[in-house]
Amino acid sequence: MKWSAGILLFILLLAIVGPWASPHAFQDTNFDAVLRSPGIAEAHFFGTDEFGRDLFSRTLLGTRITLMVAVVASLVSLIIGVSYGAIAGYVGGRVDAVMMRFVDTLYAMPFIFFVILLMVTFEQNFLLIFVAIGAINWLDMARIVRGQTLSLRKREFIDAARLTGVGTARIIFRHIAPNLIGIVIVYLTLTIPQAILVESFLSFLGLGVQEPQTSLGSLVNGGVKQMEGAPWMLLIPAVLLATMLMCFNFLGDALRDFFDARHSL
Amino acid sequence: MKSLRLFLQTAVLIALAACGGPGVTDDRSAVLSRAISTDPETLDIHKARSLQALSVLRDIGEGLVSHNANGEMTPGVAESWEMSDDGLSYTFTLRADARWSTGEPVTAGDFVFAVERLKDPATGAFYAQFLSDVTGLEAVDDRTLLIRLAQPTPYLLSLLTHPATFPLHAGSLAANGDRFARPGNLVSNGAYRLVDWVPGSVITLKRNEHYWNNANTAIDEVRHLVLVQESTQLARYRAGEIDITSTVPSENFAQTRKDFGSELRIAPYQNVYYYGYNLRKPPFKDNQKLRQALSMAIDRDVLVDKVLGRGETPAYSWVPTGINGYVPTVFSYAALTQAERKQIARRLYKEAGYTESNPLEVEIRYNSSDTHRAIAVAVQSMWRDALGFDATLVNEEFQVLLANIRAGEVTQVFRSSWVGDYDDAHTFLSVFQSDSAANVPGYSSNEFDKLMMRASKQVDPDLRRAYLEEAERLLLEDHPVILIYFYGSKHLVSPRVEGWGDNLLDYHYSQHLSLKAAN
Amino acid sequence: MLRYALLRLLGAIPTLLLVIVLAFLMVHAAPGGPFDDARSPHPEVLAAIEATYHLDEPVVQQLGRYLGGLLRGDLGPSFRYPDYSVSELIGIGFPASLKLGVLAMSLAILVGVSAGTFAALRQGSMTDRVVMSFSMTGISIPVFVVAPVLVLLFAVKLHWLPAGWSGSAGVAKYIVPVVTLALPQIAYIARLTRASMIEVLSRDFIRTARAQGLGTRAIIRIHALKPAMLPVLSYMGPAIAAILTGSVVVEQVFGIPGLGASFVNGALNRDYTLVLGIVIFYAALIIALNLVVDLLYGVIDPQVRQR
Repeated sequence: MKWSAGILLFILLLAIVGPWASPHAFQDTNFDAVLRSPGIAEAHFFGTDEFGRDLFSRTLLGTRITLMVAVVASLVSLIIGVSYGAIAGYVGGRVDAVMMRFVDTLYAMPFIFFVILLMVTFEQNFLLIFVAIGAINWLDMARIVRGQTLSLRKREFIDAARLTGVGTARIIFRHIAPNLIGIVIVYLTLTIPQAILVESFLSFLGLGVQEPQTSLGSLVNGGVKQMEGAPWMLLIPAVLLATMLMCFNFLGDALRDFFDARHSL
Repeated sequence: MKSLRLFLQTAVLIALAACGGPGVTDDRSAVLSRAISTDPETLDIHKARSLQALSVLRDIGEGLVSHNANGEMTPGVAESWEMSDDGLSYTFTLRADARWSTGEPVTAGDFVFAVERLKDPATGAFYAQFLSDVTGLEAVDDRTLLIRLAQPTPYLLSLLTHPATFPLHAGSLAANGDRFARPGNLVSNGAYRLVDWVPGSVITLKRNEHYWNNANTAIDEVRHLVLVQESTQLARYRAGEIDITSTVPSENFAQTRKDFGSELRIAPYQNVYYYGYNLRKPPFKDNQKLRQALSMAIDRDVLVDKVLGRGETPAYSWVPTGINGYVPTVFSYAALTQAERKQIARRLYKEAGYTESNPLEVEIRYNSSDTHRAIAVAVQSMWRDALGFDATLVNEEFQVLLANIRAGEVTQVFRSSWVGDYDDAHTFLSVFQSDSAANVPGYSSNEFDKLMMRASKQVDPDLRRAYLEEAERLLLEDHPVILIYFYGSKHLVSPRVEGWGDNLLDYHYSQHLSLKAAN
Repeated sequence: MLRYALLRLLGAIPTLLLVIVLAFLMVHAAPGGPFDDARSPHPEVLAAIEATYHLDEPVVQQLGRYLGGLLRGDLGPSFRYPDYSVSELIGIGFPASLKLGVLAMSLAILVGVSAGTFAALRQGSMTDRVVMSFSMTGISIPVFVVAPVLVLLFAVKLHWLPAGWSGSAGVAKYIVPVVTLALPQIAYIARLTRASMIEVLSRDFIRTARAQGLGTRAIIRIHALKPAMLPVLSYMGPAIAAILTGSVVVEQVFGIPGLGASFVNGALNRDYTLVLGIVIFYAALIIALNLVVDLLYGVIDPQVRQR
């Protein structure tokens, strides 16, 4: 856990401070220095891309944007998903049925169209990527939370709380929600990579970050195409991406164990 | 857990079915596998519109006139023809042995039938206007076809190579209606016949035994594989699974060139890549100086050599070099160095009223693709470098871009291109006539229209050419678009394929190819 | 239970209707149309085409017409492929997606549940970490990296497996796409299994069972596996639907004519009817799978069945 948190913190710091360490701006092209391999000679620590743009600056910029997307999208999905799922699962009956049908409806929506329409209507607003990704991810969260709540609400301690006259809202937020933390955190660590991957898929479809801005996903996407001639273009962002995802995952696990331990006390 | 077990059992069954299924016989030695980058939308000669559909149609059908491997016109269904002195009528004599895949003879009536269907708006043919100069089509007898024209159309023969002007088998249309172009129903008159089509996957063609030139057709079976991604095409080529790619990825192109040497076929292609200005709105409306400045600030040599480097050539004219009987005119500044151009561009930019403190604010719209992205990024940095303003890049989905271009409301600078439909400068220059549907920038010049009109009425090829060249000169002065480059066609062609000819049209009929026997 | 299932299916009708109407309106609101292309046909021709497909009518009227067709089981002709009906195109695309999806999901369940349970039993140990790290690579590397790298390695360099789908025979062509599709699912399932298994193992009845001297294997098989599968089941409904309709990236990289590729192409070409047809198919599939999941929930966790 310490390791994961440490690595993440280090990456975060690098993403914030790093750009000042490079003499090259992320958008500057240089057609006389394309596809340079990593080195310190020209201060291209991570090499250059097919436009001669410095990959060190671009990778850090991409990391920053990817982190932003992941965190914001996950928060959106967390807030909507947990409240929605917990309410549906706890209240149950007709309300649950209606609420889950609504989730089914949203699940069956053509995501790509949803995004294309959003992008067209709101003119390439970057914030919308966050909203769009968060807006699909909460569905999974809601289903899982609801499933968990459904079996929780039949447990003894909830009955006990209800019998002593605790209100519904209070039961949901004080008794049900804390018991959901384990599964929610595990799932949250799964939505972060999902959010990152969806973002890169959007870039892949041309609906993501606009050039010359970039994200780790689009850097990796660009790197795949150059993987034989300029492997660093794939390796550096891919390793960074994988490391981040791994760390998020391990962190989630460790947190879960921690909450579990506290809960059993 | 019973259900889980059931699920897994089903899975194993499906897996076994997949293994044990009949599958495709994998004897590829006598089969030509070539990639196409998208599915043809249909093999109905009149409803087809994509270049991919047209290329498949050239394998299964044949017009009055055809091409050899080098893209030169050769007699097709017609063995000979004669033009009247005024250039207003042509008489074609059809081959006695031209046959449909059913064995029935191809008659002059089949052409009359097809052209009537082409011109009928109810058919919904994308190329319905293709033969708009043809006023009369008459089957004098089964083997004689008379075509009358409203005005001399020196490119008529070239039009008659296009699949939209192929003959149609009236009987199969009557029998199958709208479903006539499906596998099993389609009757065609080319070197191959359609055997199977799995949309999104593969089109299988087999030799048409009744084809008049069957004796000279070498390959028995041709598969057009739909492979959307360039990198997939390359991977499958390298794995030895396809013989011809439809393109080559831009990434890592230098390596591809080194790896494949003479297997890589690059040739000029009659396709011009340009950035259009929206001429209906400021800042580009009535602002020739600004338009010229932006155009001159772009270093096309860098774009072509360093950004693309796949056989493209810088565009200083609208009509590509190599078009039949035409010498393109070029920008007045084509001979200057880039440094000199930059200087003039700066001056014009200032004269148009822009400075460092009052920079131009402009958006470049392009549709999602690595090439378009690369050009946009490079142009943006060239403008920043030469003129000191930062253009905003707007990457849009193709349909959104098209809709925006058509509406002409939000567009400022947009990516577009034009592929010639036939081998004549007219297919390029007519784009900018005021009433042309392809005139997306909204260019309108009386003088240009008049010159084009005069050229159309002219029988004398030299005078006609002079009018067309004058029209192009006028067009270039006005800078309605930023010409960027001419495409190069690029294919990987397996060493076992023989008979391949590079050509400006990028037409490669399977019937001219043959396969070397495996050693 | 049969009555419950029937009621659920009846209840699904408004859901489906809502999906259809929303999707229809969204599709028609997107800029461009099915017959817009880089070069547009003559206005007269375009008008004729639009009249043929009733695109000249008000959207509401088109919607009514479409719903009327649906009642007769007609998904309409494809706008992009005039020679094919939408039902035919789905019929062509689905088998490939189904084979791939079922194989990939089976692989994912087999490997994911085993790995998750294995790790849960050794929670916190080095083995736990190694197993989970391995399964996690599946979600740490995007599919669009895994697929080309596997192709480069096994098809282009080693020539062990074919690089593409169409025109290749035998089972070999399934291997790379199935593995590519399964990898992320393995990761999800393993993690969900591990988390819920740990939770279940800490419950009182497991402790009781253990106190009674039951072995680990028996505890897992008899007591723990069923309740631990609940979150996994929740996840499976949509996951199977998604994997069945195909992964766009995998289908594009391998040139597999599945539903995912059809959908994206349909969307980009504004093939309204094809897109709607796939959406309806997809929606029906999800509704059915969710019903199955909920029924299984009842089977596995008797507490839920009470409602």
